[in-house]
Amino acid sequence: MIEAFKHGVNAFCNPTSIFSAAVALFALMMAFPAFFVSTPAALVLAFLTLGFFGVGLTDEHFRTIVTTPDNVPIVGMLFIFGYFTWFALRKAVENDKRIAAGQPTLEKAEAEEKVMVFPYLIYIEFVAALFYSIILVLWSIFLKAPLEDTANPSISPNPSKAPWYFLGLQEMLVYYDPWIAGVLLPTFIILGLCAIPYIDNDPKTSGFYSFKERRRGIILFLFGFWILWVLLIIIGTFLRGPNWNFFGPFETWDVHKLVPLMNVNLSDYVFVKTLGMGLPKAWYLREMPGFILLTLYFWLPVTLLRRTVFKKYYESLGATRYVIYMILFLTMFSLPIKMYLRWAFNLKYIVAIPEFFFNI
Amino acid sequence: MPGQEEQPKKKFSFKFPEFSFKDFRLKTQVGKSVFRHGYADDDRDRALTVLTNVFFHLHPVKVRKSGARFGFTWCAGGLSFFVFLTLVVSGILLMFYYRPTVEYAYNDIVAMREHVPFGIMRELHRWGAHAMIITVWLHMFRVFMTGSYKPPREFNWVIGVILLVLTMLLSFTGYLLPWDQLAIWAITVGSNMARATPFLGHEGPGASLLKLGDIQLIHSGSDVRFALLGGNFVGAATLLRFYILHCVAIPTVVVLLMAVHFWRIRKDGGISAPL
Repeated sequence: MIEAFKHGVNAFCNPTSIFSAAVALFALMMAFPAFFVSTPAALVLAFLTLGFFGVGLTDEHFRTIVTTPDNVPIVGMLFIFGYFTWFALRKAVENDKRIAAGQPTLEKAEAEEKVMVFPYLIYIEFVAALFYSIILVLWSIFLKAPLEDTANPSISPNPSKAPWYFLGLQEMLVYYDPWIAGVLLPTFIILGLCAIPYIDNDPKTSGFYSFKERRRGIILFLFGFWILWVLLIIIGTFLRGPNWNFFGPFETWDVHKLVPLMNVNLSDYVFVKTLGMGLPKAWYLREMPGFILLTLYFWLPVTLLRRTVFKKYYESLGATRYVIYMILFLTMFSLPIKMYLRWAFNLKYIVAIPEFFFNI
Repeated sequence: MPGQEEQPKKKFSFKFPEFSFKDFRLKTQVGKSVFRHGYADDDRDRALTVLTNVFFHLHPVKVRKSGARFGFTWCAGGLSFFVFLTLVVSGILLMFYYRPTVEYAYNDIVAMREHVPFGIMRELHRWGAHAMIITVWLHMFRVFMTGSYKPPREFNWVIGVILLVLTMLLSFTGYLLPWDQLAIWAITVGSNMARATPFLGHEGPGASLLKLGDIQLIHSGSDVRFALLGGNFVGAATLLRFYILHCVAIPTVVVLLMAVHFWRIRKDGGISAPL
């Protein structure tokens, strides 16, 4: 029974299916938040997660990965963030109901009232600090910090992994070259986070949990955080083994697992497979299709959406904010798009100029 | 015998010298010099408790009830600060025993493990570092979900993003210090990205275009990765660099930015609330 379950999970799991399933679940949650924040739904989700985890722990391989000292915080983080995402959305749905009924929000009802910081706030902080200290001491007593053999530059472990909070970026390396996955996209993440308050700057929805009035922003943020950051960390940490090959959660990391690599560049698709000619010699001719595609990707949605779906949004944002917003938006979604292009067409690079390391 | 008064037995009695904390606080010169407020159970004294204490006075005297709720803030920001303080304390203790050289670093860590019975200082520091990443993310998550980054708090959000990046860099630089296989290969993988930096990394796009005549300006001995590692690979110079970044340089910047961050909370109107 359990063996069959494990085989089923292993068979189901590959980057494509996990990513697609997560996106589908996320879409459902965002479409029906009121259902997902209800207590029964939360109990079912919690039961399924804990159940999967409990069954998983009976598996030797799963247990090894999950209880690796440096992986324990990730497991903790998943449960903490799962709970608090649910908690925040639950408050948001409650406030949405109150707004619809013309009542003040939970926060508004108490915002006029003031309490003395000492003792009311100081005590909350004190208890939180005490609670954290206890957890930390227990955690430190029961789990030793990892220490492997002394550093040896001539023996590289397989797989070599960055610290866990950067594994989302390392996982991106599968789909993008280092200059994009390791430099450009992190820069965009930082700049994009900084830009949030200058794009979404309506103070009316500030200071309380809400969903309906801020749907666009919250969905984008949660998608970025849960799917493009946390999910990639999960895949990178728990499901990537030797040679960065993908392994199911109950699959032993086999160093000799063979995965066919047959990724093809866009220029090959266009010139060799479609037109039946050889690749042009000059790189700017060879990569012309890629450049055209990229220009279209970053240009067409900006102009088309401005006149149609995003018309009102464009008018409220103004040209500068709108263009910055669209560039960040399109850059963010270039990652899942590239992932699906890789999975569906084995597309390696859209633009490939190895002459000066410019591969997209 | 009846009629005879019973002599009260002389009991042995010992009384601790009476100590009243209240009297110490209010009547002695020492007590009065430490605490600058009274002992009354009223709002005036509670206000003075906050105003006359350098740590408490990061807070205002009064806050909105909605903002004081654990359910609103999750205490994530305050907890991040507390975790940072615990990391400073445990980090300083570790510095007494740790020498950032290739000869000693690993052995010092082993010694700490082998020679200190029930020692958990390294664990407190390492797990605390993971915890701080989580609390900082959680804080950002909460601030986003309540829309608290909106005007007039935009700039403080930007400071927060920088602090978030610095938190991860602190953790990243500390990851190398045990000088074991886990450490150097994680840092090798992480810092390999730097060689692909556009124009500034020797394998980055455009780097080959930067040249004076035949002389390449950006090569493996002059790019950002070399600057970060102090060499072509993770070695002795890297260990010292990361040690100084981890213990001195980044914490200094973090403390400065935290001061700005906390100060701006007050100046931007305190913990956010609906308009």
